[in-house]
Amino acid sequence: MEAISIEGTPKTPTIKFDPSSGVLELKGRSIPENSIEFYKPLIDLLDKYAANPKPITNVNIQLEYFNTSSSKCILDLFKKLESIKNNGSAVTINWHYEEDDEDMLEAGEDYQAIINVPFKMIQIEE
Amino acid sequence: MLDIYDFYDKMERNNIMLSFKGNITSDLLTSILQIMESKMDNMQEEPKVKKKVYNVLVECLQNLYHHMDEIPADPEISEQERSAIFMIGKQNNEYTIYTGNYILSQNVEKLKGRLDIVNSMSKEELKEYYKTILNNGEMSEKGGGGLGMIDIARKSGQKLNYNFVPVDDKNHFFSLNVKISQ
Repeated sequence: MEAISIEGTPKTPTIKFDPSSGVLELKGRSIPENSIEFYKPLIDLLDKYAANPKPITNVNIQLEYFNTSSSKCILDLFKKLESIKNNGSAVTINWHYEEDDEDMLEAGEDYQAIINVPFKMIQIEE
Repeated sequence: MLDIYDFYDKMERNNIMLSFKGNITSDLLTSILQIMESKMDNMQEEPKVKKKVYNVLVECLQNLYHHMDEIPADPEISEQERSAIFMIGKQNNEYTIYTGNYILSQNVEKLKGRLDIVNSMSKEELKEYYKTILNNGEMSEKGGGGLGMIDIARKSGQKLNYNFVPVDDKNHFFSLNVKISQ
C-alpha cells in the first residue's frame, strides 16, 4: 500500500497517511467547494488499510477551518476509522483546537457523540 | 446617467467593506476570502471574531456557489438569473453578510420551510439537529447537504433574516442577511 501525502492549499488541508506506520494527519483548512472529490483518495486508501490494519492507528486532526461540505467527508473518514477499530486496531483520534476556539472544540464533541472511537481533545496554546 | 455617488453613499452609510455582483466562481470565492482575511488582519480583529466571520462567510458564499451550480445549462435561462450579489459590512462592532440570488418560484416554499425550522430552534436544538442531518442526511454530489444554514445559525448565534421578492412569472429573488456580533 502506497502512503498518501497531499500538500495543503488555501482551501484544502495537508493530508498524510502512511499505512506502514498507522499514522494519519489532517492539518490546515478544509473549505473546498467539492469536498467529496478531494477526500476520495484518502477514504479509498483507508478502505484498503481497514482489511489489515496496524495494531495502533493514531489520527491527528488539526483543522483551522472546515466547511459543512467537508464535515460530511470527515464523518465518513471517522466511520472508516470505526471499522478499522472493529478490525482490531487501537484507534485514537487526537482532535486539536486553538485556545478560545469553542466552535472547533464543539465540532470535535459533535463527532465524538456520533463515532465510537476514543477521542482526545487537545488544546493548542497560542 | 448612472449616479455612482448614490451607490457610494449607500455603501458608505452601511459601512460596506466589500461587495460583488455577478457570476460566482470558485476562484472568486478564494479571492473574496483572501481579501476579507487580510482586511480583518489589518483591522486587528480579535481571532475569535475573525474565525466566526470567516466561517459564516465561507458557508454563505458556498451556498451561492452551489445554488449557481444547480442551474441547468439552458439557453432559456438568462445571465441575470445566474448572477448573485454579495456584500459584507461592519457597523457598531457587528458584521453583516448580505447575499442575494434568483430562485425558481416553485422552490421558495421548500427553502422558506427549512429556514423557518432553523429559526425556530434554540442553540441546543440546533446542535442536535446538526448532528442528525450530519449523520443521517443525504449528501448531494458536490457535498452540500442542508447543513449550511444550520451551521450559519449556530456560528452566528442569531436568527437568519431572509426575504423573498417575486421578480417575474418564474423567479423570486432570495435575500439573506446574517449578523455576527462580537
